[in-house]
Amino acid sequence: MADEAPATPTPSQARLFDVRRVIGGLFVVYGLIVGGIGLFDSKAQIDKAQGVNINLWAGLCMLALGAFFLIWQWVRPAHPTGGND
Amino acid sequence: MSGLRLHLNAADYLILSLYFITVLGIGFLARRAIRSSADFFLSGRSLPAWVTGLAFVSANLGAIEILGMAANGAQYGLMTTHYYWIGAVPAMVFLGIVMMPFYYGSRVRSVPEYLRRRFNDSTHLLNAGTFALAQVLIAGVNLYALALVIRALLGWPLWLAIVVSATFVLGYIVLGGLSSAIYNEVLQFFVILAGLVPISILGLIKVGGWNGLVDKVRGTKLGDAALHTWADTAHANNPLGANWIGIIFGLGFVLSFGYWTTNFAEVQRALSARNMSAARRTPLIAAYPKLVIPAVTVLPGLIALVTVPGLGAKTGDLQYNNAIPILMRDLLPNGVLGVAVTGLLASFMAGMAANVSGFNTVFTYDIWQTYIRKDRPDGYYVTVGRVITVVGVVIGIGTAFIAAGYNNIMNYLQALFSLFNAPLFGTFIIALFWKRMTPWAGFVGLLSGMLTSLLTYLLYLGKVLHFGSDLDESFWGAGIGFVTVLVVSVVVTMFTTPKPVEELDGLVYGVGRTHVGTDTLVGDRVWYRNPLLLGTVAVVLAVAFYLPFW
Repeated sequence: MADEAPATPTPSQARLFDVRRVIGGLFVVYGLIVGGIGLFDSKAQIDKAQGVNINLWAGLCMLALGAFFLIWQWVRPAHPTGGND
Repeated sequence: MSGLRLHLNAADYLILSLYFITVLGIGFLARRAIRSSADFFLSGRSLPAWVTGLAFVSANLGAIEILGMAANGAQYGLMTTHYYWIGAVPAMVFLGIVMMPFYYGSRVRSVPEYLRRRFNDSTHLLNAGTFALAQVLIAGVNLYALALVIRALLGWPLWLAIVVSATFVLGYIVLGGLSSAIYNEVLQFFVILAGLVPISILGLIKVGGWNGLVDKVRGTKLGDAALHTWADTAHANNPLGANWIGIIFGLGFVLSFGYWTTNFAEVQRALSARNMSAARRTPLIAAYPKLVIPAVTVLPGLIALVTVPGLGAKTGDLQYNNAIPILMRDLLPNGVLGVAVTGLLASFMAGMAANVSGFNTVFTYDIWQTYIRKDRPDGYYVTVGRVITVVGVVIGIGTAFIAAGYNNIMNYLQALFSLFNAPLFGTFIIALFWKRMTPWAGFVGLLSGMLTSLLTYLLYLGKVLHFGSDLDESFWGAGIGFVTVLVVSVVVTMFTTPKPVEELDGLVYGVGRTHVGTDTLVGDRVWYRNPLLLGTVAVVLAVAFYLPFW
C-alpha cells in the first residue's frame, strides 16, 4: 500500500485523503492474490466449493470492484473546496 | 472447540495481514488531516454522503449482528427479515427525512448536546452518562465475542485475541479519530461482503438452488412456517412468537426507531457529512444495502439449518450462533476462506470502533468540556479525546475479561442498554413536535421511562413477570418505557415552565428556521439525490421484498 494518496494540503487546512484509492488498492491486490490462487486450485479445493472455482470468480469480482474504485476516483476526483454554489 | 478450527494457510494469513496493515495505514493518513477537535470528532463535517452512508450501515454490521442474524435465520426462518425490512428501513428513512434537519441544522455535535439545548443540563447529563457507559461496556461485549470466534476458528488464546484486536481498533482511532473510524467502516463494508457473498452462493449451489432450499426447509423442524413473514402473525403461534401488533409496534416502531434515530454511534456518521443534503442522505443511502443484507445473513442461516445436522444445540459447536463459521469451514477453500475470516474480524472491528468513537466524542464534548474543563484551547480537547479513547478501550478490555468469567451478565447488559433507546425516542418525538414540553418534563420523563424499562426487565429476570420469549419481553419492555415517557412528560409539562420560544430556534418543528437548504452543493439538486424520493423508494422496496415471502 505504498502508493497511497499524498493528500494535497490546501493552504488553510490539510484535507482528508480519498478513501476510494485505499479501497481500490486493497481490492485489486486481493483480487490478484485470490484469483491467482484460483488459477492453481487443486481438485480437492474445487470439490470443497461444490465444483465451483470460487477463488477465481471471487478474485475476478474483487479485481473488478477494486478497478471500479480506482477508475471512479480518477474520473471524478474529489472537489478541492467542496464547490459551494 | 476444535471442531470449528479452520485450516488457514500462508495465503489466508497474507490476506488477513494486508487488511490489518491497511487499517493502520488509514489511521496514519487520516491523522494528517486533523487540525481541530471538529476534525477529530466530526471528520471536520467534510465527508460525502456515500461514505457516511456506508459507514452508517457498517457501524451496525458488527459481527454480533451478522452471526446473530444468521442464528436467527436458522432458528426463526424468514421472519428474521422483519429486523431489516420493518425493523430498520422505515426508521432509517424517518431519521433522514424528519429528524436530520434538526440534528444537523442545529449544529449540535452529539445527540446528548441536542437534549442540553432543548431541555437542560440534567437531561443532558443523564443521557450522556448512560450512553458513554453503555458504549464502553458494549465494546467489551464485542471484544469478548470476537475473542471467542478467533479462539474457535484460529486457535488463539482468548487474552491474545482480545489484546490484539483492541490494540488495532485503539490504534486507528487514536491516530485518525472519526475520519479513520468512518473510512475503515467503508472499507470493512466491502471486505465483510466479499467474505460473506461466497458463502451464500456456494451454500445455495449445495442445497440445489432456491427451490432446493425451500423443499429442504419444509422438511426441518421449522417446516413451512420458516418460509413466511406475515402469514402466521394473526396470532403469536409462529417461529418468532409474536403477532403482527408486536412486530409492527414493538419491533418496527419503538425498538427500531429508538435504535436508529437516537443512538449516537449511528447518528454521528451523519453529523460528519459535509452538508445538510449529505447528512439527510446518509441513513437513506444506508437503507439500500440494509434491504439486501439478509441475503448474506438470514439466507446462510437457512442453508446451515438444512445442511448442518444437529444445528441448534444448547452448547458446543452446533449452536445456532456458529451457523456462519460452520459454513465457512464446510464450503470455502483457502483463499476465499482468508477473505471470509478477514471479513468476520473486520465486522467485529467495525462494531467496536463505532462504540469507541461515539464514546470518545460524548465523553470529551458532553462531559469533559461541558462540566469539567470548560474554555480550554481547541487542541486540548483533541488530546483529551485521544487519552479517553485509550481509557475507553482499556475499560472495554477489562469488561471483556470479566465477561469471560460471567458470560450471561454480558447478554443481560446488552439487552438492558438496548431498552434505554426506546424511552429516549419517546422523549425526542415529543421534544421535536411540541414546543411547550418543558425542560423538567424532558428529564423526569426520560428518567421514569428508563426506570420502568429497567424494572420490567428485572421483574422478567426475577420471573415475576412472564413473557413469551426474551424477544417478546424486549418488545414489551421497550413499549412500556416508551409509553411511560409520553405520559410522564405530558403530566410534568402541565406543572412546570417551558423554555422561551426563542431558545428553541431550529430545535423544534415549526420554531424558527430549520436550515434545510442553505448549504447545498450544485450536484445536490439532481433528482436522484432528493431525500424524499430516496426514502420513498426504500420503503416501497421494503414492502416489495416481503411479497414473495408473504
